[in-house]
Formats: sequence, structure tokens, C-alpha cells
Amino acid sequence: MKISGSEILIESLKKEGVRHIFGYPGGVVLNIFDFLHDEKELQLILTRHEQGAVHAADGYARATGKAGVALVTSGPGATNTVTGIATAAMDSIPLVVISGQVPTMLIGNDAFQEADIVGITRPCTKYNFLIKDVSELARTIKEAFHIATTGRPGPVLVDLPKDVTTSKAEFIWPEQIKLRSYNPTYEGNRHMINQAAHMISKAKKPLIIAGGGVIASGASKELRELAELTDVPVTMTLMGLGGFPGSHKLSLGMLGMHGTYYANKAVQDADLLIAIGMRFDDRVTGKIDAFAPNARIIHIDIDPTSIRKNVRVDVPIVGDVKRVLTVMNKVIREEVKEQWSEVRKAWSKQLEAWKKERPMTYDRDADIIKPQYVIEKIYELTGGNAIIATEVGQNQMWAAQFFKYDKPRTWLSSGGLGTMGYGFPAAIGAQLAFPDKLVIDIAGDGSIQMNIQELATAVINKLPVKVAILNNRFLGMVRQWQELFFHERYSHTKLDEIIPDFVKLAEAYNAVGLRATKKSEVEPVLKEAFRIKRTVFMDFVIDWTEKVYPMVPAGAAIDQMLFPEEKKKPEKKLKAVK
Amino acid sequence: MRHTISVLVENKFGVLSRISGLFSGRGYNIESLSVGETTDANISVMTIVTVGDDWIIEQITKQLNKLIDVIKVIDMTELDHVEREMVMIKVSPRQEDKAEVLRIAEIFRGRIVDSGAKTYTIEVTGEEKKIEAIVELLRPMGIKEFVRTGKIAMAREGIKKS
Ligand SMILES: Cc1ncc(C[n+]2csc(CCOP(=O)(O)OP(=O)(O)O)c2C)c(N)n1
Repeated sequence: MKISGSEILIESLKKEGVRHIFGYPGGVVLNIFDFLHDEKELQLILTRHEQGAVHAADGYARATGKAGVALVTSGPGATNTVTGIATAAMDSIPLVVISGQVPTMLIGNDAFQEADIVGITRPCTKYNFLIKDVSELARTIKEAFHIATTGRPGPVLVDLPKDVTTSKAEFIWPEQIKLRSYNPTYEGNRHMINQAAHMISKAKKPLIIAGGGVIASGASKELRELAELTDVPVTMTLMGLGGFPGSHKLSLGMLGMHGTYYANKAVQDADLLIAIGMRFDDRVTGKIDAFAPNARIIHIDIDPTSIRKNVRVDVPIVGDVKRVLTVMNKVIREEVKEQWSEVRKAWSKQLEAWKKERPMTYDRDADIIKPQYVIEKIYELTGGNAIIATEVGQNQMWAAQFFKYDKPRTWLSSGGLGTMGYGFPAAIGAQLAFPDKLVIDIAGDGSIQMNIQELATAVINKLPVKVAILNNRFLGMVRQWQELFFHERYSHTKLDEIIPDFVKLAEAYNAVGLRATKKSEVEPVLKEAFRIKRTVFMDFVIDWTEKVYPMVPAGAAIDQMLFPEEKKKPEKKLKAVK
Repeated sequence: MRHTISVLVENKFGVLSRISGLFSGRGYNIESLSVGETTDANISVMTIVTVGDDWIIEQITKQLNKLIDVIKVIDMTELDHVEREMVMIKVSPRQEDKAEVLRIAEIFRGRIVDSGAKTYTIEVTGEEKKIEAIVELLRPMGIKEFVRTGKIAMAREGIKKS
């Protein structure tokens, strides 16, 4: 029996196991939306902006590990997805974005609401398709999911002209597909793995850097096994948080521009770096020529282009992190003699000394609300048992520094693109996937206004997302740079002339609004928010002068960190030297 | 260093722009690019001449391989291979130089593919050096137009293709 393209699309999505899609209607997708009206198994979540739909699909994907799906109309609907797609591409998140397109006959004619979205998204998708015939539809959807979720995951866009959604064809679902030109390497080279295992066993000062690849490949268990087996400390990139338990005694927390003192020191002093599923982004390496001067580098990644792109590598291993680590752990257990316990004593002592020298801290005695205090309270009250999404800026860095992520897929943050407005819709997506979990978006007063319209989406779908706004009345991270590097000239970063009353704003959307202006109110507000099973905005009026430390200035080596007192009171430091 | 890279790709809509987008997006140079079908109508071969140090060439090859539509990437420069390029040169010599133009064309095994009252159009095929040499010799005679195809390359026998 022949069915329409719209039905084929819906059936294909169901075959892929999709239960939720995020979307927004428009002219050329009317047919699809009409079929969704009676659809029972496949639920469309109407967001209030297409960017929100893509970020929600992204949050859904990060929290579940499955591909997130978005459906939008042509032209402006499609162009509104670009930031969301680029965000997912930079962080290797599997998405399938379906955009409507003008009828095939009109393509290229500057038709009403036509945009060359395939051309526009070519550099920010893993792959994209324009379907020209309904007979290709089912196979293309299958291929889209296959490409999005395998190898190094990423977003795939499928552009679907209106006439394809109405034309009819048999629904033939290909159970198997093979793309001759797409064959990711999963198994690591055995010889390289052996070599790496031996290097690890002999190293005096080894350090693991874990990135988002650990989470993408589901390798947390294997990573933990490797670290514990060989007693190697672990630091994580922003994307790697949760890949290794933050509360583990071998964890050094995050490294890089706002990494911990001890993680950055360890990188610079290490004699062996085991880089796992990460790509040596400049926020991680700092000044590249000065990065890890004493270390040999083992680099495991599924994407060959990540290897030797930014740093020299001594042992490259292309493969899926989970499979490579499984083999490596086996080699270490069975073939490599334990040689490390003695030689590494000095190293663990050194790490402990650095931890003591400069622990992660802030002014805990302040009366005013310190943002770090809010994060620590969230950690304490949830016992770490929550999914945390973030916006971008200081809020994101504090959330990375002061909350310990013990499990993968509990940290949703735009790392590569740094997209303000990501966190709230992403939290909505995650909450939809896990209705019973506590999902919290840690936000800034600037970022939250970038996708604040999604309050409607959260409330209507009864998603009890909590938004903790660290309200400093500034575009805080930019202000921090202006304070430190631009003589405190706060050019266009001061928001307080018109900052909405977030409590009233939440109430206007039929959500709950709470506010804390004193330190003593923080805990009660959080407790109340966690108790209520509704969407809650919490407005924490924090100390606007607070900055994110440590901080590696742009272009400096990563152990050249700034700390609060050095900037504020240099004379004190001089005295101490005398 | 200059490298000649052969890329076998799916003969699909948009592939050329994926390849050229990769080069422009990452700031790599393309010196020349030629595209044509293979004996399999579903596969095209692109020959790309690019310049870069070993790091860049390694990245270019890896990035090309990563593109979904790319079936195979061969850096010809690492293999024993044959390269050819074709040019057409339209010269408009003075009366006294006409014989010399024809003589040069002959030495380079060029063919006169068009001749008019004032001009000769010469077609020459060969390696880059040969082409550069004939261009140098013809330049004083008055080159009016000049088109080259870009390089194509093929590995010598004994080196397996796909
Ligand atoms: C879409 C977008 N525009 C601009 C920026 C640049 N930017 C980075 S952080 C930041 C300030 C964020 O302010 P806010 O959300 O209030 O967070 P805070 O830093 O104060 O915690 C800006 C403007 C960005 N990352 N994303």
C-alpha cells in the first residue's frame, strides 16, 4: 500500500525508536503536522522558537545518549535552527533535524520562505540531505540516524520539500544500510595499545585527560577501571565532566582556562598524558607551545582528524574509547607488570601538595550571596543527584567548578560553541526524557533572556525544570574580562537598567518564581523549589563583583593562572616575599 | 610542499561544495582542482593540488577522508605516479614570429587546434614543467589567452587503486 511522504517520515521515526520530537510548524510542513495531530506513539513538543527546539533535542540527546529530533518549517524556521545545529556539531551531539523545504519545482527560485538550508548548514552538520523523491525518504531517514549516532556523533539535517511530504510511495524500511564511503574505525590498533599500556606502567608522573568522547562512547566504567588499576589521576575537559566521578580521590576536576590549580599544574609537570576522547581545544591547552612541555602524549580518539591537529602525539590510537580502553585494561591486567606503586609516590605527594596549596575556594564568610555558595548548596541539597544544564559565562564555569559530577550524562553545557541560551531548552529536553529526575538549569541573567520564551514550553508540558539564575545584573563573564583587561570600562555589559523581574515573569507564564537576596534565603529557596513539582525560576541576587578563578589569561600557558588576591593586592604579595 | 591528492567521491549533488568548503573553511589552499567521472558512473575522481607542510597535508588527507561522501583519498605525491595537465594557449605572433611559434609547438608535441588570420591556438599536454617551459617560450610571442585544466594524476602499475 502506498502512503504519503508525511506518513513515511513518521513511520520511519518510529522505526528508529523516536518517541519525542521538538518542533515548530509552518507552511511547508503542514502535511506532516496534520498527521502528527492524531499520532499516539510519537509526541511533538511545541517549543516557542526553533532554536529552543534544537537545543531541547540536544539536551534530550546528551541526557539519554540517543539522537534528538527536531522538525521545523522552511526559510526562517530552518535558519533559526542554525545556532542549535552548530552547538551540537561542536560538541559531537547526535541530532536529526528535519526541515521543510519549498516544493522541488520551486527550489532555486527564491520562492516564499525558501532558504538554502543544506548550503547554510553544510559546514556545521556532520552530513545533510536534500530529499528529491519520496522513494528515497525512508532510506534517507535511516541513513541520517546512522550517521548522526555512529563514529564521532553529530547533527544531521534532512531537508524535505513539501511535495515529497504529499507524494505517495510504498513504505519500505531498510533494516540494514551500508555506506561504502563511511566506515568509522572502532577497534584501536593493538600494537599501539600495547605500547601505550607499557608507557603507562613506567611513567612517573602520568595524567589522564578525559573529554566528551568518554561520555559519547559510554566508557566511564572502563575509564575508572584504568585509573584505579594504574593509580593515574584524572582531569576532565568541560565536555568530559561526569565521565569520571568528580568526587573520586583520583579526580583533579576540570583543567584549562578556568581549571583547577592542581589540574593545570599537573598537566605542565606530567611526563605522560593519556588524552581520551578529547581534542586539545585552545581553552584546554592555553598557549600551545608551552603546553605540557615534559610529557609524552598518548591520544585516543575515534576521529583521526582530532589527532595531531593541535599538539604533537607520540602514540596515536584511533578507535572507540570504550573498546580501546577495554583492550588496554586487559593488556595492563594480564601482560604488564605493575611497576608504578613505588615510582609514583612522589607524584601523588606532589598532587596532594598542590591541592592543599590552592584548593577551589571563595569568600565563604561573605554576607552577600556568592554564586559559588549557591552552586555548593545545590550540590549539597541534591547530593549530586541531579541533571545540571548551564547557560554560558560565569554561571557555567562556577557550575563546572563547584558541583561534582559523578555520573555521565548529568552535565549539559555548550562547550565548543559556548551558546548563551542553550541551558534552559536543553534542561527541558532532559526533563522530558527523565520526568522524575531533578533537572536544574544554572543560568545568568543575560543568557536566560536568550531563550526565555521556552517557559511556555516547560509549563504547558508540566516539566518541573528548575532554573537557578545567578543574577549579577551584568553580562558577567564579559564584564570580568573588561575588569581585568580593559580598565574596568564596562562597555555594554551592564544590564541592570532593565532587568525583568524574574519572579513576576515566571508567574506571568504560570510558573513559580522565587527570590533570594540574602545568603540566609538561599537554602530555603532551593528547598522550596525542589519540593514543588512545577517549573520554577529562582532569582539569586548575587555579588556582581565576583569573578571566576583561577583564570588563565588568553594566550598564556595554562599554569600561568590568575587568582583573586594577586590582582587585588599585589603589594601584599611583595611583602610576603621579603 | 606541493601535493597532488586524488579523491574518489560519490558522484552526488553537492559533493564539490563539501570539498571546496572544507578547504576554504579551514584555510587550506587549492592550487588546482579537476573533477571527472570514472568508469563507474556513481564515482567521480577529483584531483586536487595543494600546498602545505606535513602537518597540514596530514590534516587535509584526514579531513577529506572524514567527509561522508569521500570513498578514498590517495596522496599521489607519496607514490610513484604520472601527472598530466593540458593547456590551450592562444598566441597572436607578429608575422616574423609565426614560424617560430609553430616550431615551438612542434618541439613540445603541441597541436594547433585552431588558427585564424591573427592567432594560433595550441594545445599542449604534459607535466607541469613542460607546460611552464612552453609558456615561457611563447610569452615573448604574445600570448592572448591561456587556459589550463588543472592536474590529473594516476599511480603507476603495481600500486592498487581501490
Ligand atoms: C549567543 C552568545 N552571544 C554572546 C556570547 C558572548 N558571551 C559569553 S559569556 C557572556 C555573558 C553572559 O552573561 P550572563 O548570561 O549574565 O552570565 P554570567 O557570565 O553573568 O554568569 C557573553 C555575552 C555568547 N557566548 N553567546
